Amino acid sequence: MANPTNLQYTKEHEWVLVDGDTATVGITKYAADALGEVVYIDLPKVGASTTYMKIFGEIESTKSVSELYAPITGEVVAVNGDLSSAPETVNSDAFGTGWLIKVKFAELPADLLTSAQYDEITGEA
Amino acid sequence: MPKYRFEDRHIGPNAQDQKRMLEVLGYNSLNDLMAAALPDSIKFHGGSILPEPVAEHEAIARLREIAAKNRITKSFIGLGYYGTHTPGVILRNILENPGWYTAYTPYQPEISQGRLEALINFQTMVNDLTGMKTANASMLDESTAAVEAMLIARRGSDSASNIFLVDSDVLPQTKALLEHRAEPLNLEIRYVDAAAGAAAVNVDCFGILVQYPGASGRILPLDALFAAAHDRGAMVVAAADLLALTLLVAPGDAGADIVVGTTQRFGVPMGYGGPHAGYLAVREGLERTMPGRLVGVSVDADGNSAYRLTLQTREQHIRRERATSNICTAQVLLAVIAGMYAVYHGPNGLKAIATEVHAKASTLASALEAAGVKLAHANFFDTIQVNGVDAAAVFEAAREHNITLLKVDASTLGIAVDETTEWSDLAIIANLLGANGAAVVAAAGGPVASRLAGLERQSAYLEHPVFNTHHSETAMLRYIKHLSEKDYALDRGMIPLGSCTMKLNSTTEMAAVTWPEFGGLHPFAPAEDAAGYLELIDEASKWLIDITGYDAISLQPNAGSQGELAGLLAIRGYHLSRGDAQRDICLIPSSAHGTNAASAVLAGMSVVVVDTDSDGRVDVADLHAKIEAAGDKLSALMITYPSTFGIYEDTVVAICDAVHEAGGQVYIDGANTNAMVGYSKFGKFGGDVSHLNLHKTFAIPHGGGGPGIGPVAARAHLAPFLPGHTMAPIELPAYGPVSGAPFGSASVLIISWAYIYMMGNEGLRNATANAVLSANYIARRLEHAFPVLYSGADGLIAHECILDTRVVKDEFGISVDDIAKRLIDYGFHAPTMSFPVSGTLLIEPTESEPMQEIERFIDAMLAIRAEIEQVGAGVWPADDNPLVNAPHTAYNLVEEWNHPYARETAVFPVPGQQRSKYWPPVRRIDSAYGDRNLVCTCPPIEAFAN
Repeated sequence: MANPTNLQYTKEHEWVLVDGDTATVGITKYAADALGEVVYIDLPKVGASTTYMKIFGEIESTKSVSELYAPITGEVVAVNGDLSSAPETVNSDAFGTGWLIKVKFAELPADLLTSAQYDEITGEA
Repeated sequence: MPKYRFEDRHIGPNAQDQKRMLEVLGYNSLNDLMAAALPDSIKFHGGSILPEPVAEHEAIARLREIAAKNRITKSFIGLGYYGTHTPGVILRNILENPGWYTAYTPYQPEISQGRLEALINFQTMVNDLTGMKTANASMLDESTAAVEAMLIARRGSDSASNIFLVDSDVLPQTKALLEHRAEPLNLEIRYVDAAAGAAAVNVDCFGILVQYPGASGRILPLDALFAAAHDRGAMVVAAADLLALTLLVAPGDAGADIVVGTTQRFGVPMGYGGPHAGYLAVREGLERTMPGRLVGVSVDADGNSAYRLTLQTREQHIRRERATSNICTAQVLLAVIAGMYAVYHGPNGLKAIATEVHAKASTLASALEAAGVKLAHANFFDTIQVNGVDAAAVFEAAREHNITLLKVDASTLGIAVDETTEWSDLAIIANLLGANGAAVVAAAGGPVASRLAGLERQSAYLEHPVFNTHHSETAMLRYIKHLSEKDYALDRGMIPLGSCTMKLNSTTEMAAVTWPEFGGLHPFAPAEDAAGYLELIDEASKWLIDITGYDAISLQPNAGSQGELAGLLAIRGYHLSRGDAQRDICLIPSSAHGTNAASAVLAGMSVVVVDTDSDGRVDVADLHAKIEAAGDKLSALMITYPSTFGIYEDTVVAICDAVHEAGGQVYIDGANTNAMVGYSKFGKFGGDVSHLNLHKTFAIPHGGGGPGIGPVAARAHLAPFLPGHTMAPIELPAYGPVSGAPFGSASVLIISWAYIYMMGNEGLRNATANAVLSANYIARRLEHAFPVLYSGADGLIAHECILDTRVVKDEFGISVDDIAKRLIDYGFHAPTMSFPVSGTLLIEPTESEPMQEIERFIDAMLAIRAEIEQVGAGVWPADDNPLVNAPHTAYNLVEEWNHPYARETAVFPVPGQQRSKYWPPVRRIDSAYGDRNLVCTCPPIEAFAN
C-alpha cells in the first residue's frame, strides 16, 4: 500500500495531517507492520506540550517497545482515547482511525517529508 | 575410587557415546576438541584447589556433619523472617518434586499451564490481602522489592523532587539497600517518623515508604500520612506483612499506590536468608510500570482461556538501556509454595493462624505489662518491643532455653511471635522478664484483648473457589498433581534452552535443602549458630574463586541480574575511590543480553553500544572508536564470554587489554560459564569482575523461574566494593548490600556446594567438554537442515548454537514460533526463541542430556524440516498444516477433523509415540489478546468451561 499523498512524514515513521493550525499525528502503516500486533500505547495528556523530535509517548507491541518522536512542536489538544481499549486500530487503520494525538502548532518543521520522499525510505514504489 | 562416580551420573553420554560424537566431528578425544575450540590465549594451564571427587553417599555424610554445626533455636528475631510450618503435602510434592523444581520460566505457556495457574493463585493472594489491583509473580526479596517500588514511584510521580521519604521503622536491611541503590541514581533517602502522621510529610518528595507493621512491631493508621503524601504528588509505598493483613486494614484500602513485602512466612523455611518470594502489587494504572514477571489470562487458538506471561515487552531484555529495572527472574518455586499455603489453609485457616499469633503476642504483652515491664508500643500484631531491660543479660538467659530474641539496643529487646511459637516458649520469656510465665500458659485459648488499635480489617479476601476447596490433604495432593501434570519439566525430557543451561539438578544435591538444620536458621542469628553455614559458604567461596581465577567473591546477589548490578556498583565504587567520578560510560556489545544494559543504567552509568561484526564477534575497530570517544569517561566494558552467540571469540584478550589501557574495567558476564569451567578463568585473561549463575552452571534448579544465586567475583582491587551487610555474622566489605540477607539465598548454595564437591576438578572439566561436545554434535547434525548462524575456530561453537530458522520463514512462511510449538507435538520443550537473534533458535543441550535424548531431538528437528518441505511443495497449504496449527491437544482429536493431514501426523508424529506422550492442555496462546486485555487474577471457574 502506498503512503497517502495528503500526509507529511518523518524519518521516525510518523505521519502528520495539517488542518489549519492543528496537526493530527500517527504512525505509518509501515511502522505499524514492523511493530507487529500493537497492544498498548502510552500517550501524553491533553494540554501537554510536544517538542520536535523529542519523545512524546511509547508504543508497545507483542515483541517490542518503541518510543514515539514528536514530528512537530506544539500543544496536545486531543488524544485518541479509543486506542486504550482498541490499540490494534493502529495496525488495522494506521492512517485513519489509528491516529494518536492532535497538536496545535505555531510553525511546521522544515524537514517533514513528502509521501514520495517517505516512499523512498520504506522502499515503496 | 567409588564404584560409580557421580560424574558418570551427571554427564549424560557415556564413553562410547562420546567417542561416536567425536568421530562425527573429526576429533580423537575431548582434549583435542577443546584444544581446537578454545583460543590458546584464554586457556588456563595451572592447577586447581578443588577437592577430589566423592561419591553421593559421602557427600550426604559430609553435609550431615556440616548441618550438625548449625544450631537451630526458637527464633523471635522477626525483621521479616519468621518460623513457619511447611505443610508436608507441599514440602514433598512441590519443594521436593522435580516436576516443579526443574521447570523453566514459563515462556512457552502451552506447556506451563500448571505453574502459571499456581502463580496466578499467588498473584490473587497478594492482591486480595494487600487490597491492590495487580500483583506480579514475585520479587527476589522484600528489600529489593522496596527498591523497585521506589523506582516505580520515581517514574510515576508527578513530583520533581528527588527525595524518597522512608519511615524510620522500616526494616534495617531494607533501609541499607535503599540507600545503596538510591545513591547512583541521584535519589535522596530521607528518614521520617510515620507516627507523626500527615506532619511526617514535611518536604516535597516523589514517594514515601512505610513498614506495616513496623520493624518494632508498631501499627499505625496510614490514611492521613498517605493523603498528605498524595497532596505533594508523591507515590505511597507500604511494606506489609501478609499474615498481619489477614487481620489488619489492607494498605490498598488506606490508599497505597504500591505494596511490597515477603511471603516467606507462608510456608517457606527461613533458610538463613533465602530464597523466598518477595511480592510487589500496584493500584490500577501502574500495571505497565511493574518490573518482573506477570501472569495473565489470554485465549488459545480454540478460544479457550489459558494463562501466559503478559506484558513481557516491559522487561529489561527488550527495553535494554531504556529499562527502569534490571529484574529478570522471580522466585517462582517459592511463590508457588506460598500460594499453595494459602490454597491449603484458605482464608479461614490463615486468619486462624494470624489470630493465634496475635493472641500469643497479646497475652505475653499483658503479662509483661502486669509485671511492670515497659512496652514500646501498646498496639502491634505479632512483635513486642520491651524497653528498660538489660538486653544482653535477658538475651543470654533466653539462649540457655534455646530461644533467640532480638537485641535492639542495650536496653531494648524485640520478641516476634510466629506460627511455630509455643505457649511454653512465651512462659519462659515472661519469666525471664520478671513476669508470670505460668499465667501466660494458663491464659492459652482464653479471651484476648485485641491490640490492633482499631485497625481491624473489614474487607473480605481469598473468596475465589481455589482458596476454599483444597483443604483436605487428599484434595491438595490431587490439585498439586493436576497442575504439575500440565507442565513440561526436566523430569519429562530435554529442555534445550540456549543461555539457560538446563542441566541435571541431582537428587543428592537437593537433599539437604529441606533439612531443618539448614531451613530453620534466621539470617540474623548469632554467628555461633551458623557455623555449618559459614563453613559451607567459606568452602564454596574458595572453590568458586579458584574456578573463576579471581581474588574475592560475594555470594549475596540472589539472581544473575543482581550479580551484574553488584559488579557494576563495585566498578563504580572503585572509580569514585580514585577520584574518577566522571567515569560513567559502560560499553556493551549489541549482542549482549538486555539485562546488561539495564544493570548499567541502574548502577548510574550511561550505555554506549558496540557493534557486532558479520561473524558475530565484537567489532574491534568500532570498540576502539568507542573507547577513544569515551576518553576519560570510560568506566567499563561489559562482555559475555563465550558470547551470547555461543562462540569463543579469539579477540577477547586484546579487547580486555584495550579497555584497561584506556583506564576502564572489564566486566565479564559469566552467564555462559558452563563452557569455561576447568579450561579457562575469567580473572586470568583480562576480567576484573564477573557474576556467575549458580542456577545455570552450578546445578541449582530453575524452579520454574527462580530461585537463583548470582555470586559476583572480582580481582583484589575491586574486593572492597563487593556487597557488604551491616548485620552479617562475619566481616564483609564496608560497602552497601544488594540483597536483604547477608548471604542472599543461602539455603540453595548447598546445591552448588554439593555439585562441586561430588564432581571435583576433573569431573567439572569433563562436564565442560561434554557440554561443548554435545552442542557441536547437534550443530553438525542439523546444519544442513537449518544453517548454524555463527561459529568460531575450526567451525566449532562453544556450548550452544544458533540455528537460523529465518530461511524457512522467508522461503516457506514457517516461523520460529511454528517450529517451537511443533516441537511440543514431538514431545519437546522448545529451544530459546529469538534470543539473541530475532527469528532464530538458540540450542544448548548441556552435558547432562543422554545420547538417546540428543538423537531424539535431532530426529525431531529433521522431521520438522521435512514437514516444512511439504508445505513448500504445496502438499499442505501455508495456512493449514501441522506446523502453523501446532500444538495439537487431545481435544482436537475428538473434534470434527477437516485438516489436510492425518490426526496421527498431528499428535503422534514420532513412531511409537502413542505409548508415551506429553499432551499440551491448550492450543497456541494468543499473545496480543492477553497483553491488550489485562487479567492477572484467578478468572472465574466458568472461564474454563469448555
